[in-house]
This record gives sequence, C-alpha cells and structure tokens, in this order.
Amino acid sequence: MNSIFADIYRPIGILVVAAMVFALSPLAMAWLWSRKFSLRKPGPVKNSTYECGLESKEDIFLRFRPEYYLYAIVFLIFDVEAIFLLPFAVAFAGLSVGASIAMLIFLLLLVEGLVWTWRKGILVWV
Amino acid sequence: MDTELKNELSRQGIFTTTLEEVYNWGRRSSVWPLTFGLACCAIEMIATSMARYDLARFGAEVFRPSPRQADLMIVAGTVTKKMAPQVVRLYNQMPEPKYVIAMGACAISGGPFKQGYNVLKGIDRYIPVDVHIPGCPPRPEALIDAFITLQKKIDAQSLTGSNRPRYLDADAPSEFIVPEYGAHDLEPPKNVKLWNIIYKTAPNGSGTTSENEPGKD
Repeated sequence: MNSIFADIYRPIGILVVAAMVFALSPLAMAWLWSRKFSLRKPGPVKNSTYECGLESKEDIFLRFRPEYYLYAIVFLIFDVEAIFLLPFAVAFAGLSVGASIAMLIFLLLLVEGLVWTWRKGILVWV
Repeated sequence: MDTELKNELSRQGIFTTTLEEVYNWGRRSSVWPLTFGLACCAIEMIATSMARYDLARFGAEVFRPSPRQADLMIVAGTVTKKMAPQVVRLYNQMPEPKYVIAMGACAISGGPFKQGYNVLKGIDRYIPVDVHIPGCPPRPEALIDAFITLQKKIDAQSLTGSNRPRYLDADAPSEFIVPEYGAHDLEPPKNVKLWNIIYKTAPNGSGTTSENEPGKD
C-alpha cells in the first residue's frame, strides 16, 4: 500500500522540489550578487520616507478607522450590481417575463441589503 | 577576456561570454523608468511607452510608481525652480545603478523659458545626466534613440577596474545636494562640484555624457 502511494506521489514531490529551486535560485543568486558587487550607500534623503519627492511632514504611521472596510465592501457589492445592470439594460426589450422577474429579485435582494446596512448605521460616517 | 580571442572563437563557432556581459545584458534589457512627467514632453514619453512606438521592445515598459524600484529617470519637461528640489530628491531616493535622460530643450537647458525667472536652466545643474535629447518636444523616436544610447552605455560599463562606474565606487556619493527654495533663487543655484565628482570616476570615452560644463548662462 505504502509503496503504491510513494510511486504515485514521487513525480509530484520532484515537481514541488524543482519548482522551489526554480523560484528560489534567482533570489539566491541576486542575494549573492548583491553581497559581492553592490555597495550599500545609504543616506539621509535616500532613507527618508517617499512622498512624491516632497519632504515628509507628518508621522507616517497614520491611523485608519477599521469601519472603513464595511463601507468598501458595500461599495464593491453595488459596483458589481452596476456591472450586471448594464447588459440587463441593453437586452431589456428582448427579455422574457421570467428573466425580468429574476433580475427584479436580484435587485430587490440588493435593495434589502442597502436598507439593512442603512439601518445598521454603516453608511453614517463617524 | 581578450576581444580578438573572442572574435576568433566566435568565427570557429564557439560562443563565449563573461559574467560582466551577462550582467550588463540583464541590466540594459530591463531598465525600468520612473513614472514621472513634468510637462509636454511627458506626453511624448507616454506615447513612446504605448503600442505605436512600444518602448516595451527594449524592456522598458514597466514604469515604476516609486523611485525605490526605478533604474531610470526621464526628466521629461520644464523643470521649474519650485519643482527642482523634488526632482533631485526623487533622484536621490532611487537605488543605484541609476540613470537619467534629460528629455527636451527645457530639461537640458531651460529651452524657450531659459530667460524666465522661475525655470531651472538644465537639470544637469543638480544631477548627473547620462543622455541629453534636444527637441521641443522630441519625437518618440528621439526618446527611443536616447534609450538605445543609454543601453550602449550600460553595455560598456565594467564591473571592476579603475574606470568602473560611479555606483561601484565606495567613495563616490549616491546622493547629491537637494537645493532649497530660497528668497530669490534656488540655494545653491547649481551644484558646482557635481561634474567633478562624475568625471573623477566616470569611464573615459563612453561618448554619451555631456562634455560641457553645464549651467553657463
């Protein structure tokens, strides 16, 4: 039993090892090359924060409110809805009743989601 | 490796190379420019990178939005005195080896705005420029020509020896003075030591750097 499994998985194992070598050897070579040839020349301007060439005025560790991600998700959902609405609008005249009802259900579900998020207070920026 | 021996071997069907050549081939085939345009020349630079002129043929289509990943700064357009400190700071923030193409009349000398009170008379007052392209603005072909010139320059650079490029010299600085926006002019108005630094270690006869001292009004 064991030997059969070993036979089956040996090519995969070899492939995994080969893939690792293929991926890591350029990185290793670049690292060795940089150790041998590239000089490190740090400086006050080079090490400073990159801000489109301007001098950094404030602390770079700004705090973002984590609630923002909910807002982003809601935006994403309605963004996708808009993408679905475009082909629907184009093909609207030729659609059957069933297809129109299906689209209506889809829209109503999203409207319900909008009402839910509104009542949850996610859309209110604090 | 001796050039004659190499030619002789290649005539006999034996291909030889050196680590240096492979290294330079890799570097010149993937020169990534900084996403950075200053004025109308930038439009020509954008056109060069697009499908019609296709800078990607030379391995330079990857315009990097951060100087940390860029190899080449194309100074495309008028450098105002307000903008010059930012340009120099961006150059300083690029990792070595780094190259500069001064694109257009404004970037190399101030161009039509040379008499203006607010225009820098050539970016080579503050940073070393590898290739100058005249034109107002230069056509995409001119930028491609400058790019090929730069590739030739990279190809000729040696890893060791006394004429190795500046970035392989531990004593050569990688940062240059960032000018400050003073009351009447930039302070200093030009980096007078810049070209002395470059010519101390620059490879002789590379033919691509400007031989003239810049910044003479």
